[in-house]
Amino acid sequence: MNADKVLDAKGFACPMPVVRAKKAIDELEAGQVLEVHTTDKGSKSDLTAWAKASGHTVVNMKEENGVFTFWIKKG
Amino acid sequence: MTEQKKKTTIILFSGDYDKAMAAYIIANGAAAYDHEVTIFHTFWGLNALRKDSTVPVKKGLLEKMFAKMMPRGADRMGLSRMNFGGIGAKLIKRVIKKHNAMPLPQLIDMAKEQGIKLVACQMTVDLLGLQQDELIDGIEFAGVAAYLADASEGNVNLFI
Repeated sequence: MNADKVLDAKGFACPMPVVRAKKAIDELEAGQVLEVHTTDKGSKSDLTAWAKASGHTVVNMKEENGVFTFWIKKG
Repeated sequence: MTEQKKKTTIILFSGDYDKAMAAYIIANGAAAYDHEVTIFHTFWGLNALRKDSTVPVKKGLLEKMFAKMMPRGADRMGLSRMNFGGIGAKLIKRVIKKHNAMPLPQLIDMAKEQGIKLVACQMTVDLLGLQQDELIDGIEFAGVAAYLADASEGNVNLFI
């Protein structure tokens, strides 16, 4: 999947993944996609809830070797 | 017209490191949720806003005693449980580092960076004998009415 911007938030604990994601998505235009990498296990629910509440869409998500990757489309 | 922002208000009454950390984590999360966030510091929670260096100010004996006995700044606050005279706070900071979580002073810096409104309750600032110069820059001073104005429009209101 093509992302317009990639955010590496690996190693960060709560609340950093969401705070970083918010900063990163603010720099995008509506419809563009942000790719986020995290290792915080809570970020799975956190980023999903945050995206929903902020009007963005999680287009896809995967988990591989403890790294979560999210593709979030800006709403 | 853009949709009006949601609001989160937090009263930080506690001067415990762990409780203040929880308050600031929620506040930073709420800011990422695009909420307008206010943290209203009162009583012991004011210590989170103290500068960590001594500031030469004139005060009476009682105020001097208060200033000595209260933690000078966020980093010197103790834990609400298992503090063991400060050893617990030292240990938790080590654990925070290990888990790559953010220590309280950095959480406060990030809160300011995210435009979170930090308010000191003027009445308790006076009660505890603190002076504006002893508190960090970029904060506001207000009372119960200002808090209520924010809180009555708040979607999330917490007392910690």
